[in-house]
Amino acid sequence: MRTFLFLAIVVLSGTGGDIAVTHAMKQIGEVKNFAPRALLGVLGRVLQSGWMWLGIALMALAFFSLLALLSWAQVSFVVPATAANYVVGAVGAKFLLKERVSQARWAGLLLVAAGVALVCAAR
Amino acid sequence: MKQAWLCDAHVPMTSSRNLLPKTIALLILVPIFGSLGNVLLGKGMRGVGEIRDLSVPSLAVYLLKILSSGWIWLGIGSLLVFFVSYLLVLSWADYSYVMPVTAVGYVLAPLLAHLLLGEAVPGARWVGAAFIFLGVALVGRTPPSTTGQI
Repeated sequence: MRTFLFLAIVVLSGTGGDIAVTHAMKQIGEVKNFAPRALLGVLGRVLQSGWMWLGIALMALAFFSLLALLSWAQVSFVVPATAANYVVGAVGAKFLLKERVSQARWAGLLLVAAGVALVCAAR
Repeated sequence: MKQAWLCDAHVPMTSSRNLLPKTIALLILVPIFGSLGNVLLGKGMRGVGEIRDLSVPSLAVYLLKILSSGWIWLGIGSLLVFFVSYLLVLSWADYSYVMPVTAVGYVLAPLLAHLLLGEAVPGARWVGAAFIFLGVALVGRTPPSTTGQI
């Protein structure tokens, strides 16, 4: 039970962190100029973005929860089980970000979900 | 050198015939260092011991143990190599080309955990890992943008 609780924290906070960082970078805009001075300007805007800090906090939570999980669960269980983030990410993208998810992609995600279910069943 | 990468980025590299040696090298490094990083973190956390008590003082003790573990730092170093290689290869190669290769990590991590940490991996877990690899590879081969077709 505790294993699945921590797995859920790793997956949800990791995916949430990705979404928050993506949102921050979309607000900042595409990085086109790779001159050092321009990159410093981008870095300045990144550090002022609330979404970026939220994303970093969520990713840190995901990392430390992963470490806690690895302190009692096997690596060969934990790594495949965290692939659930693909499924959570697609569902989140569809319902929160209103992205369209193609049928071929749902087929792939169904395979991932079946794989994660097998890995969890064989714990 | 960096200028050449920027120029390459405009040419989609989906054909395996014109793969550059640096692309092949990085595509091999990405799943190896990603999986190795997680295995090293697992090794380190075994040394730290099972985290049971979630009160603030004991979490501080765990954190100190984690930060003083050589295996954890090796794992973080390995994940940094993974991350930098991943970003580099994505700066010139298509994501749909890179993603199926990195999905190898879902099979490679259990393999390394079995070989290096001696984990007993049940058969169904191998099958599950293979399903995940195929599923991620399939997701990667579908068009990346779904909010507007070109």
